[in-house]
Amino acid sequence: MSMVDRIDLTPPSPRLNAPILMLGLAALLILGRAWLPEGLPAGLMRLPEALVVPFADWINAAFAFLRDDLGLMEVTRAFAAMLEWLLDVTANILYGKNRWPRLGPLPWSVVAISMAALGWWLGGWRLAVLAGGTFVWIAVMGQWQWAMETLSVIVVAAPFSVFAGLILGIAAWRWKGVQRILNPILNVAQSLPHFAYMIPVVVFIGVGPKAGAIVTIIFSVPPMIRMTELGLRKVPEEVVEAGRMGGATPWQLLTRVRLPTARGDILIGVNQVIMQCLAMVVLASFIGMPGLGQKLLQLLQALKIGLSVEIGITIVLIAVVLDRLSRAWAKRQPLHHALGLSWARRHPVLLIWAVAVVLAFALSQLFPLLAQVPRREALSIAAPVDMLVDWLIRLVDPVTTWLRWFLITWVLIPLRDAILWLPFSAVLIAVAAAGWAVGGWRSALVMLGFIGAIALSGWWDRAMITVYMVGFSVFLAALIGFPLGIWAAGSETRANRMLLICDSLQTFPSFIYLIPVVMLFGVNDVAVVMAVVTFAAVPLVRYTIEGLRGVAPELIEAAHMSGTTRRQMLWHVQLPMAAPVMLVGVNQSVMFSLFMVIIAAFIGTQDLGQELQRALSVSDVGKGLVLGLAVAFMGLAVDHLLRQMSERMRQGGGA
Amino acid sequence: MTRTSRLSRSARLALAPLFIAASLTGAARAEDSSDPITIPIHNWSSQIVMSHAIGQIFESMGNSVEYVSTDSQAVYEAIRLGDASLEVEVWEGAFGASFNAAVEKGGIHEAGNHNAVTREDWWYPLWTKEACPGLPDWEALNACAAVFATPETGEKGRFLGGPVDWLKHDAEKVDALAMNFTVVNAGSAAALWAELAAAEKDKTPIVIFNWTPNFAEAVWPGEFVEFPKWEAGCDTDPAVGLYPDKVYDCGNPADGYLKIAAWDGMPEKWPAAYAVLQKVSFTNPQIAEMAKLVDVDGMEPEDAASAWLEANEAVWKPWLE
Repeated sequence: MSMVDRIDLTPPSPRLNAPILMLGLAALLILGRAWLPEGLPAGLMRLPEALVVPFADWINAAFAFLRDDLGLMEVTRAFAAMLEWLLDVTANILYGKNRWPRLGPLPWSVVAISMAALGWWLGGWRLAVLAGGTFVWIAVMGQWQWAMETLSVIVVAAPFSVFAGLILGIAAWRWKGVQRILNPILNVAQSLPHFAYMIPVVVFIGVGPKAGAIVTIIFSVPPMIRMTELGLRKVPEEVVEAGRMGGATPWQLLTRVRLPTARGDILIGVNQVIMQCLAMVVLASFIGMPGLGQKLLQLLQALKIGLSVEIGITIVLIAVVLDRLSRAWAKRQPLHHALGLSWARRHPVLLIWAVAVVLAFALSQLFPLLAQVPRREALSIAAPVDMLVDWLIRLVDPVTTWLRWFLITWVLIPLRDAILWLPFSAVLIAVAAAGWAVGGWRSALVMLGFIGAIALSGWWDRAMITVYMVGFSVFLAALIGFPLGIWAAGSETRANRMLLICDSLQTFPSFIYLIPVVMLFGVNDVAVVMAVVTFAAVPLVRYTIEGLRGVAPELIEAAHMSGTTRRQMLWHVQLPMAAPVMLVGVNQSVMFSLFMVIIAAFIGTQDLGQELQRALSVSDVGKGLVLGLAVAFMGLAVDHLLRQMSERMRQGGGA
Repeated sequence: MTRTSRLSRSARLALAPLFIAASLTGAARAEDSSDPITIPIHNWSSQIVMSHAIGQIFESMGNSVEYVSTDSQAVYEAIRLGDASLEVEVWEGAFGASFNAAVEKGGIHEAGNHNAVTREDWWYPLWTKEACPGLPDWEALNACAAVFATPETGEKGRFLGGPVDWLKHDAEKVDALAMNFTVVNAGSAAALWAELAAAEKDKTPIVIFNWTPNFAEAVWPGEFVEFPKWEAGCDTDPAVGLYPDKVYDCGNPADGYLKIAAWDGMPEKWPAAYAVLQKVSFTNPQIAEMAKLVDVDGMEPEDAASAWLEANEAVWKPWLE
């Protein structure tokens, strides 16, 4: 099991011949394109018009049928009306929308105290300070109204997702058929750009908070389903057996035995739901979700970077608080008190909370500032932030001017022209060859299916531009992310700090990056690539750290004993062992890039994202879904390839 | 949403006498439904402030109002279906096509027309004139195209257009007038402003797509490029315009309309509010003022609307009679 052997001397596998033949064929096509006097036949260059399948028209016809003939619109609207009623209740309580039960709004001090108490109860004083402090920050920054508008949607959407995910997850675990249907749907859903499913929501539900809640639910439910199913599958047979022996009915087995045992995984699902909900805050405001996201977009439209950064910080803080709270809840073990303790002694936090809340209610009647801080009296860090951004831009401007010129003239334009120059037939064969090389003919077919479908949709050129931007961005991100990850993994504190930065970068609304990036690089592909790299480097750093930390200490010990240098240790022991995990990082990085490239349509691109933005503005469901699926298929193809590679590596290493 | 209900309290106090008068006259006519009037807001400030101003007028009449943020193109579909009740800024250039398409499908109609005229065309900030003194003439602009060259456009000048879904025909115009420019489309208005703000730092010459009324006028003084005058049919009939064999061989209309659209069900459901809406009409300076209160003075849109209403009672009070 010598590690070095495995790296340097991969035994030639017999099935490598097929991919090499295919690559040869692809190379032949490319050479033909370059040197044949009249070029390749047009049919090999691009899919002939006649063969393009009008998927968009089909989808539109299907939607029209569903909506008009089957009257599905009545059903969805009725569902939306119910959701709206719930949203109105939370909206009234949190920010005083004029609806039943007409009790709200709660004073900010009451909410902050309650969050602090919750933090205390779940995780001690540190969490109490974090949770309470976040809500104090929101109030004194004058963002209370907006934050509550956002939360009023999330407190409805998140439980809905959790509940729906739990039921679907149980169904997928219980019935093979459900799982078979659900699995591909989840795969596509998790790689479909958000804009694609926002269009049908506008058609079926309309706009407003209810539409925002529904896209948030759709976006956040997949991880819940996945984690529930995973958790239930992991329940040890002995536990279930014990339950059976105790005479439990199947229902009792599920609710009393299996679900509680799977609690850890299910709660990770809950945590994921909350994170996904917050990730949707800004995007959902495109179709009417009120609150922080909407405000952020308005401010950016007027180029108020400082004020948008304030909102961005709030979103990150809320995400961190909810993340820590839900994690603490997941880890929390039931507490068993000694007998004979008084109620007050058993529930000290509850008691303190009740007293403090009553006090806060009373005080906020006396001092309105404790109920709501008006925008006029709010603090703001916008001015220093604006100055900082301005200073930074001036500082790096000479470098970026040169960088912009260099990248555009010498890298990006040649790269884009090259990728558009390639015959589509050669690309398809090469992609299939890659599939064959890592996973045999099955993988070749899978890859061909994904990429071939994009060719059939007629969006080939646009898709290639997306590929080129994602490809180059991930390459740059790898140049930054891997070394950074390796450096950070060197010490425990560094690693933890870096992971915290990763978390913040991931939840910080990406729209805010777009503006400074445009100011630095202008409206062009460099700006897009830079915005994408910022985002795509995060998973690379994270998984490199996780991968390196996960290397078994015995292995490192053993390598030490045989006298490896630090360099050898890294290259021949740690990196090969961490490679499967790092590949997961690459996979995630590609997914993030695809999402970000689509959002970068707001800078100005000529790829699928631009068309998707156009489809959203005219509510063209068919076009939107076709474009969205094209993006999803790219992601799924890469996912398939990397999974197969990582699988092979693991098998190779574990032998 | 309730940002208004908080504000409307102060607005209502200020407008109390009116409130009573309005509700009396309202009672004489058909009652307005107690359902909220849904006003869509978009992502530029004049529209938001104007929506709030009109909403606060409705509230002063005893109606309940709700604001919902929507996409500015998708909104016409929403109004058609009754999900939103009205739209206070229908720009001829930007939304004329979506509006007309929705009108054809039915469910939405023109409820009023602002006094304001809109113009959307190629525009430059004043510092650009130093590098290209012949401006605003389009031929002078074309002559100094090299000044506007960027790495991505090579030799040619760059014109930074708006997002493609604004459906401007800049590329056709460049082609028709044989201009030495390449059109690069920004993906959002924010990207346009970001480029403009960056250009301002070292006074780089820049020509972008811009429109009036708009907050940018107050922040960056500038001028529109003067193309051959727009004539009806310039976009469809090759004979019209500068060259006999080209379409789009002209500038955009310099006096586009700015309309108010309403849902077909509105006159029946909220007759009193609808009657007021028909009389609403703002001028260019009024709209620019609303935008300025937010974008330059940093007020919240709701506060800006209240402040504007308070300062301009002479303008809007007659609408209620």
